[in-house]
Amino acid sequence: MAMSANMGPNGNTDGNENAGLVVRGLTTTFDTPRGQAIAAADVDFDVAPGEIVGLVGESGSGKSVTLRSIMGLIRKPGRTTGHVDWRGRDLVAMSSEELRRIRGSEIAMIFQEPMTALNPVLPVGLQIEENLIAHTTLTTRQRRSRALELMNIVGIPAADRRLDEYPHQFSGGMRQRVMIAIALACSPKLLLADEPTTALDVTIQDQILKLLLDLRDRMAMSVVLVTHDLGVVAATCDRMAVMYAGRIVETGAVAEVFARPRHSYTRGLLGSVPRSGTSRTMLQSIEGTPPSLTNLPTGCAFHPRCSFATDICLKERPVLEAVTSPTRTVACFHHERVAEAEAIL
Amino acid sequence: MPLFSFVIRRLLQMIPTVIFILIVTFILVRLLPGDPASAMLGDRARDADVERINRQLGLDQPVVVQFFYFVRRVVTGDLGNSIGLKVSVSSLILQRLPVTLMLTGMSALIALVLAVPLAFIAASKRERLPDSIIRGAFQMGLSMPVFYVGIVLLTVFAAQLKLFPVGGYGDTLGDRLYHLFLPALTLALSFAAVLMRNLRASIIEVMNAEYVDFATAKGLRSRVILFRHILRNALISTVTLFGLQIGTLLGGAVITETVFAVPGAGRLLIDSIYGRDYPVLQGLTIALAVLVSLTFLITDIVQAWLDPRIAR
Repeated sequence: MAMSANMGPNGNTDGNENAGLVVRGLTTTFDTPRGQAIAAADVDFDVAPGEIVGLVGESGSGKSVTLRSIMGLIRKPGRTTGHVDWRGRDLVAMSSEELRRIRGSEIAMIFQEPMTALNPVLPVGLQIEENLIAHTTLTTRQRRSRALELMNIVGIPAADRRLDEYPHQFSGGMRQRVMIAIALACSPKLLLADEPTTALDVTIQDQILKLLLDLRDRMAMSVVLVTHDLGVVAATCDRMAVMYAGRIVETGAVAEVFARPRHSYTRGLLGSVPRSGTSRTMLQSIEGTPPSLTNLPTGCAFHPRCSFATDICLKERPVLEAVTSPTRTVACFHHERVAEAEAIL
Repeated sequence: MPLFSFVIRRLLQMIPTVIFILIVTFILVRLLPGDPASAMLGDRARDADVERINRQLGLDQPVVVQFFYFVRRVVTGDLGNSIGLKVSVSSLILQRLPVTLMLTGMSALIALVLAVPLAFIAASKRERLPDSIIRGAFQMGLSMPVFYVGIVLLTVFAAQLKLFPVGGYGDTLGDRLYHLFLPALTLALSFAAVLMRNLRASIIEVMNAEYVDFATAKGLRSRVILFRHILRNALISTVTLFGLQIGTLLGGAVITETVFAVPGAGRLLIDSIYGRDYPVLQGLTIALAVLVSLTFLITDIVQAWLDPRIAR
């Protein structure tokens, strides 16, 4: 899947071979009255062209913040540091005008709740077209026909009439399609999808995911898919990264991670998914609650909830290290023991 | 066209409002102490003369009959003759109301010009120095009574700096605008304060809306985000307030016209109350009430135009 093609003129992106997205040391903090909250810490991950990477974790684990940090959408009192290399350019360091040109054209984003993400007082046609106004030199007529084309691509019937309608006149699933149409307007090379199906019911969710997969194939687009739903990851993603308390704790190909998780948290997440075909037992859950981001435990942030924890987990924080292959990484002192533990269920 | 049918529906809704206005003004005027006949004839009027006047004004008829006569005359545009000024009330209103309209229109405009940009500055520099200065200044404007602001502006800009006339009303349009500037500013200050506070709050709310983040993620220019996405949504609630405040503004015009000796409807209203000039008082009340409900109508239409969810 990963093609080492079209490297930008600045070929020194951390020695990384692919020309996709390279995130290194991405850290986003918020100053709160209760101290500094570290919403995303030292996040490293890559997305190769055409690849779908799932970013998984519980609420508050930093998935959405990571996605918004990549797009430069973090507002004060938040602050983002680190590097987000996109085709040889650093999105964090670049000027706001340079970033504006990339947003919506090369990198697009879709949000969880289309009802709140679409402007309620503008017709959806205009909301698609303003993307084209910002990034292309298309004429009014060309923009209109492109908007129609996009509505057809995402599967909205009677597109011609519906372009003049407002978001409240659409159903939830259709609204999410509108948002995808807006994101696709300028044929982005990377789509950041922030829980795109969470607000939808299961059948619509399935349709939207199929649409995303289909679009990835047709448009050779990379996707970062933020979700808390492991079923969604299994159905759509090539690789996955698991986040806990603002950090990535494990990455790898979806099949590998599902077959043999190497972090106790991933193991817990997988264990809490009900499966068909097995005897009915109590659904497992991870003991305890996620830590407060202003007051993280010492050492490994997961140690209070981890059944594998030893003294070292309280004192030192494990770094994310490659294990069996360069793309299979985990941040756990006991990943061997976790991997060898009895398969879940 | 949902907006068109909305306007029609809204116009139909005005009919009961107008009927209600007519009933209330009819009753209110009759509840006022004193009677027009003695006001016209003075203290030493003879009973026969009082009776004659009462008959002339229809005041000897039963109240219900008086009301129907009243409605018939109002509908045909005949508001009777002024007792004190001996001219027809409609001509009097047509002569004075435009002055007040110009005054309130001008002050509404000044208020908008002050409030909108400052609300935006305050909202974007929230909790920092510019925000505190703007909010502090407007708080002062809001807490000072209109007549006091008027007198201060008069003293400083008219009496001392001699930049503006002390009072009155000019002949040409330019001259009139010049004469009305200080009274309009007086009215505008507290109005601007109310608008600014409301708009600032809704801009702050809208700036945090998800669709603004989405607009940013689409790579739109900040000017487009500001005007098309933030300001338009923020204005929806402020437009309602604006409409509601127009009534208050007309009330304020009564005071301002007195302070600045502007010959508008507000002055006429005061004079008609003192002079027990029932026909003028009645006509003027109707005209102002209809005007206020027209403002509400326009407000609703503007709001429906800004927010398509309203005109369904």
